Amino acid sequence: MAFSLESFTKERLGALQEYSLLSARAVTNMFSGPRYWSDIFSQMDSIGVGSLPIVILTGFFTGCVLALQSETALQEFGAVSRTGSLVSLSMVKELGPVLTALMVSGRNASGMASELGSMKVTEQIDAMRALGTDPTRKLVTPRLIATVFMLFFLTIISDAVGIAGGALVSVTLLNLNATMYLHTTYASLAYGNIVEGLTKALFSGFTIATVGCFFGMNTEGGTQGVGRATTQAVVVSSVMIIILDFLISRAMIAFFGT
Amino acid sequence: MTTPNADQTQPEPEQKNDGPVIVFDKVSIGFDRGPVLKDISFSLDHGQTLILLGPAGTGKSVLMKLANGLLRPDSGSITLFGQRIDTMPEKDLFKLRSRIGMVFQESALFDSLSVEDNVAYRFNEDGMAPEEAHKKVEEVLKFVALPEAIEKFPSELSGGMRRRVSIARAIITGPELLLYDSPTGGLDPITSTTIIELVVKQRDVEHTTSLLITHRLQDAFTLATHCWNEKDSKMEPLPDGKVDETTRFLVLNEGAVVFQGDTHELVHTDDPWLKEYLA
Repeated sequence: MAFSLESFTKERLGALQEYSLLSARAVTNMFSGPRYWSDIFSQMDSIGVGSLPIVILTGFFTGCVLALQSETALQEFGAVSRTGSLVSLSMVKELGPVLTALMVSGRNASGMASELGSMKVTEQIDAMRALGTDPTRKLVTPRLIATVFMLFFLTIISDAVGIAGGALVSVTLLNLNATMYLHTTYASLAYGNIVEGLTKALFSGFTIATVGCFFGMNTEGGTQGVGRATTQAVVVSSVMIIILDFLISRAMIAFFGT
Repeated sequence: MTTPNADQTQPEPEQKNDGPVIVFDKVSIGFDRGPVLKDISFSLDHGQTLILLGPAGTGKSVLMKLANGLLRPDSGSITLFGQRIDTMPEKDLFKLRSRIGMVFQESALFDSLSVEDNVAYRFNEDGMAPEEAHKKVEEVLKFVALPEAIEKFPSELSGGMRRRVSIARAIITGPELLLYDSPTGGLDPITSTTIIELVVKQRDVEHTTSLLITHRLQDAFTLATHCWNEKDSKMEPLPDGKVDETTRFLVLNEGAVVFQGDTHELVHTDDPWLKEYLA
């Protein structure tokens, strides 16, 4: 038992070290050539444009349900007019970044792990190295740049459609005044709230790409291994997104005081 | 045909090395399940073809990956083109590997790229003009007798065709060293012979130094006893039962070298295990 605990700990620490090294290499590659622009743009297309429908749908209906649920609670305090404020703050600070990241994680961390995993088990990664190309530079760095960049904008879109969804429900179902809704939305958002939400997006983007690529590049054991890597990538990146969400929220409260 | 890219600029003159191309000195490596290769020492000279024989699971592929720096040994030293590669940083290895062509066991073609992009991979990485790269790809695909596959994707090709594309990708830059990891593995005898023909053609036309793994003794002896007839463009047996002088053998068993020498020494060995293996 003691032995297995020791080997388990060793294995986990080894994996953490490998992950850190891969992430560090992926970042340092950005500052030197060659740069694979076409790979970066194709990844941006697949990660950013490809995720647009699910991000819009998730953001919109989250905004709708937030408005619907908050109305009952706010009515007790006679503060129904503050619905816009509640929806916008919840979307911008918390739900927009986190839900977008979870959606993109489910769609792209799995995609990266399975794609790179299949390449690993069919020796394509070794073939790339044998042909004189650094796989980290060619495969990981473009995915990292694309995910961080696109998740940032996807989060902004999610926030916007969430607020729009909240507006639609408030006006059509809750009979609130549209001007009032938009006014409270705008008035309640502070600079710090937006910085907080977008900082979360940047960290989540980094996590999704590095975790997805790490599990892909370390796949072992044929097709079964690819399946395992895919599952692990989604589970680990999702959990890390939630943990980072908490840590960043705490840091931002300390920094901005809200 | 001449080298598809005989006019390539590599190798750089200052990296020229007149000594052996590969030297393994007491190389050992092991994985979680135990040691795989133990105290392996051999060398491979310019223009030679070294055939690596041995039962499955004796570490032949591991040895080949060590020769290319894809794996690093636990102990011992590996010298490639006169440079120690076991301690060389990966960044420098990428440059050195541009002088080596490698054919993987399962071809390892990039399945998201067409045959043309697979074969021209190195040229595209180096930023060669597309028209020039296309011309060279056409030439090399003609060399491996597969010109019609240029626009296809790896998933549309048979096992033998994939292997030929893989050879084309390895030889297109005119490498100084070719590593063939079981080029005939999993292929039917007729297709295997066409692949061996290509290896013989590359050996006799370009005189490329090669390291070749095979588990088919028949292929190994075909390589040793045949040559390429450029006039008739076909492989034929060497006259009077002669053997190719540049072809040598290295036999591995249970992670250790049990034989190294030429064809004559191999067939007249006294080693009981080797006799049984060759029988």
